[in-house]
Amino acid sequence: MSKQRVYLKGNEAVAYGALEAGLNAYFAYPITPSSEIPETLAKEFGNKKYPEYKYFLQAASELEAINMVLGAASGGVRAMTATSSPGFSLKQEGLSYAAGMELPFLVVDICRAGPGLGNLGPEQSDYFQATKGGGHGNYRLFVLAPASVQEMALFPRIGFDLAFKYRNPTLILGDAFTGQLKEDVEFPEFTPPKYDVSSWAATGAKGRGPHILNSLELDYQKHYKHVGRIFEKYKLAEANEVRFESYLTEDAEKVIVAFGIVSRIAKGAINKLRSKGVKVGLFRPITLWPFPKLALRKLASEGKQFLDVELNTGQMYEDVKLAVGDGVTVDFLGKWGGIVPTEAEIESKLRHLEVLAA
Amino acid sequence: MSQLSLKVKIGKLESLTDNPTHYCAGCEHGTLTRLIAAAMDELRIREKTVMIDSVGCSVLAYNYFNCDHIVAPHGRAPAVAAGLKRVKPELTVFTVQGDGDAASIGLLELVYAAKRNTPITVFLVNNAIYGMTGGQMAPTTLEGQVTTTTPFGRNAAMTGTELDVSKLLSGIDGAAYVKRASLAVQELSSQRGKVYTIKNLLDAKKSVENAFKVQALGGFAFVELLSTCSINWKMPILDAKRFVYEHMAKKFPLGVYKDTFGVEKQ
Repeated sequence: MSKQRVYLKGNEAVAYGALEAGLNAYFAYPITPSSEIPETLAKEFGNKKYPEYKYFLQAASELEAINMVLGAASGGVRAMTATSSPGFSLKQEGLSYAAGMELPFLVVDICRAGPGLGNLGPEQSDYFQATKGGGHGNYRLFVLAPASVQEMALFPRIGFDLAFKYRNPTLILGDAFTGQLKEDVEFPEFTPPKYDVSSWAATGAKGRGPHILNSLELDYQKHYKHVGRIFEKYKLAEANEVRFESYLTEDAEKVIVAFGIVSRIAKGAINKLRSKGVKVGLFRPITLWPFPKLALRKLASEGKQFLDVELNTGQMYEDVKLAVGDGVTVDFLGKWGGIVPTEAEIESKLRHLEVLAA
Repeated sequence: MSQLSLKVKIGKLESLTDNPTHYCAGCEHGTLTRLIAAAMDELRIREKTVMIDSVGCSVLAYNYFNCDHIVAPHGRAPAVAAGLKRVKPELTVFTVQGDGDAASIGLLELVYAAKRNTPITVFLVNNAIYGMTGGQMAPTTLEGQVTTTTPFGRNAAMTGTELDVSKLLSGIDGAAYVKRASLAVQELSSQRGKVYTIKNLLDAKKSVENAFKVQALGGFAFVELLSTCSINWKMPILDAKRFVYEHMAKKFPLGVYKDTFGVEKQ
């Protein structure tokens, strides 16, 4: 697969991306629109091209799958599972425990419309659950938001790196659109790095004291310290791991803030408006957590105004508002229920705002 | 007593830490801890063993067993164990679950670990009650038994009757070893008055060893151990031991339910 251009669905790309990143064990549970991920990984099991890929199992439930990931990750290997929104809700228990136990692994959520069963169309309505620590207790996940099939293919490399560097789960938050979209992708040559897990992995206490992977601490003072230390790690990540894309923001008067597939549509609208002389740009958070708040604040300090566009009723909107601070206009355009805004809708929303401003 | 071959290692075990346990007076969890640690020592597997600590009275086992531990979410211990065992097949992986953990919230994880004949070892401490949370009804609570959530006795019309986990698992093709033993000493009457026998404990010890042997042979091993919870049963300790044989063992008969590798005969 290396270097070669291939035509893949986003879901297939994230599966191959994980294999190229040295995936060792995958625990599956089928759910539309994410099922091509386990299907691809089932098909590739035993392929000698991926010598690190040693275990695939379809679990009996989302809970069983995420807990098998907990077990495998405790052994220090690269483990992964994928799901879609209703399944992601079920994964929250495991993710909370994993953050408390400081386990590194990769989860993919191909977000669909909610609440409840919703439908199979794209939404970004898992944003809160993804970025705020969707389970109980104080924790965060690293959250990467791919906007293309190419990024679906490459983000597992970043995802495992972040997970093992900080010993915390990483989430790739796609949606039904990025999962089902088919595009050309390249897999640049890559040698998966070796992660040193010898100080914590549960591999048998031979010639050393026991390793205990645990989220329980009945002593309040000790637990206060444990969670405090995890948040020190998060502070470090907030300082070092933020990723975003700026597109034509330098001279822009209005900046669209959008992530994932919406940023692609926004770019189309921006290009059309630019050709008509309207100064607009795009700010795309790539890490939804840690959120690129300083970069956004800087744009706000330059006097720019913002339009936040999302496939939900306004979730990242709250983080954008917090980042830019008081007195800065942030307008919102949201679509949900599987509906995606058109370039024309984004364009007309910006025009409308301009008329209002004038 | 003299007829029984009593081989119990006395003194400090390598597989145990020096920490005193938190278990209540009369509780058999401490007994099981000792039996498992003794088996780990005898089979020389401590250095390659990972215990999955399940939610319930056994959740603090990482303080007692001198080996690696993973503390699993409530009911999920067999799934966590399976995940680790599949990527590290050279390890011995076991868990001690309570009846609420294994038979209620975690029944799916247990059933599927058995169905796939996952080479792990599961010990189920059946004391017919939720101990750690303070004595609520468990799936194994006997019909008519009083708990804090069945204050007028377990009503089968509302909650169904006791769940027999060993019978359930032995009906699943996949599980290699299913056995029910008892950790309670048994009261017998003799001409000299009451005496207590530990013959069931010796059988439990053998079951623990067999359960590790079956895992080494590549099979799923399950041992259910009838136990008391005199605190939550609100019963004197010796009355509780008697309750195990007079009531529990009638609903949950002791014995070998499945033994694919024939380890019981060895």
